[in-house]
Amino acid sequence: MTDPLSFLSGHAVQWGAVVLLMTGLYIVMTRGNLIKKVVGLNIVQTAVFLLYISIGYVEDGTAPIVLEGAARYSNPLPHVLILTAIVVSVATTSLALALIVRIREAYGSIEEDEIRERESD
Amino acid sequence: MSDNVIVRVVVKMLAPFILLFALYVQLHGDYGPGGGFQAGVIFATGFIVYAIVFGVRRTIQALPFAAVTAMASLGLALYATVGFVALGLGGAFLDYGALDSRDPVHGQHVGIVLIELGVGVTVAGVLTAVFYTFAERRRR
Amino acid sequence: MERLHIVLLIALMIALALALVRMRNLLAIAILSGVYSLLLAAVYTLLDAVDVAFTEAAVGAGITLTLMLAALSLTTRRETRPGGRAARRVLGLAVAFAAGAALVYASFDMPALGDAAAPIHNHVADRYIAEGPRDTGVPNIVTAVLASYRGYDTLGEVTVIFTAGIGVIALLWRWRRDEP
Repeated sequence: MTDPLSFLSGHAVQWGAVVLLMTGLYIVMTRGNLIKKVVGLNIVQTAVFLLYISIGYVEDGTAPIVLEGAARYSNPLPHVLILTAIVVSVATTSLALALIVRIREAYGSIEEDEIRERESD
Repeated sequence: MSDNVIVRVVVKMLAPFILLFALYVQLHGDYGPGGGFQAGVIFATGFIVYAIVFGVRRTIQALPFAAVTAMASLGLALYATVGFVALGLGGAFLDYGALDSRDPVHGQHVGIVLIELGVGVTVAGVLTAVFYTFAERRRR
Repeated sequence: MERLHIVLLIALMIALALALVRMRNLLAIAILSGVYSLLLAAVYTLLDAVDVAFTEAAVGAGITLTLMLAALSLTTRRETRPGGRAARRVLGLAVAFAAGAALVYASFDMPALGDAAAPIHNHVADRYIAEGPRDTGVPNIVTAVLASYRGYDTLGEVTVIFTAGIGVIALLWRWRRDEP
């Protein structure tokens, strides 16, 4: 077992990502506004990205671009995966926003409850 | 659209440099941070900022909707074509080493530059097309 | 020192995320989520992921924010039915805390931040770093892995982006004036 301080500094980023994920999950589950749900989903996504990047970090390393005299590089693989995931996330967000615009035009609202009421009428 | 003269002048001066920076990020991506994804996003941003200040109609005249959708398709087609060319030259799909029979490292480099270009063109095209689509929905 | 900066930036991000839970003004929410993305880009830079930071800054603070604003101008700027029922909030809190507790429990078995002996650094990454520049002639290892070693993945991702673009155009673009 390591000493408490290094344990804390070794896991603080992971716990930060967990708290962000919890916040995003709470927004998605409790808020009825569809745009706010999309913001919540984006927060969940960024929490996962942050966890991934923190796994690839190496103490005393540099960015993975080959440099004379650099001994250690951070792991490039999570960077590649998350780089593409970020661009895919903007594409899926735009699709979600387009769907929300169509829902607004069809139901006159972007609140989940109101849409459901109009659906049951 | 904005009538503020400072915003208009600054954006007019800045827009070409944003596009130039996108090209730098695209072509320098092998040596520094950057690459097709980032370059495509910055390229789209150049047109979006122009459209926000000078109106979507003027921007669409400069870069028509048909052109951005064509960009989106052609970039993806370029990527896949590089893969099939490598296949035809005796390598595996997307094995760029086969692109240069004498020097596989050079072939790799050529392949990477080409597919990054494909990625950049597709991302720029899709994001600009998406922005046009949202903006035009409002105007009519 | 670097770690302290990372933790402080993440604390700011958490504060922003909690503020987003309570806010009603969707315009302010969109802009604050752009600020959130910039903070995240700073964290990525400190974690030596410059390519990712670059992308996050351009995408999160630039494009996503613009698209959110465009969508807001087509819908509404305020959340009209805030809060929801109490039962739903309690359920949301319970699920969030259950998921959080499970993840924190799992994190005790995770390698510590920056541990060079962690399993992830001792499999394929070594080969990418040692051979990547020699195999491909490209000094940026992220580009080499993205475009060459994992070219299939990237082709798939580009296809996803293309398909999402087609989806947006199919949903919203009016080819003729009389279309809905």
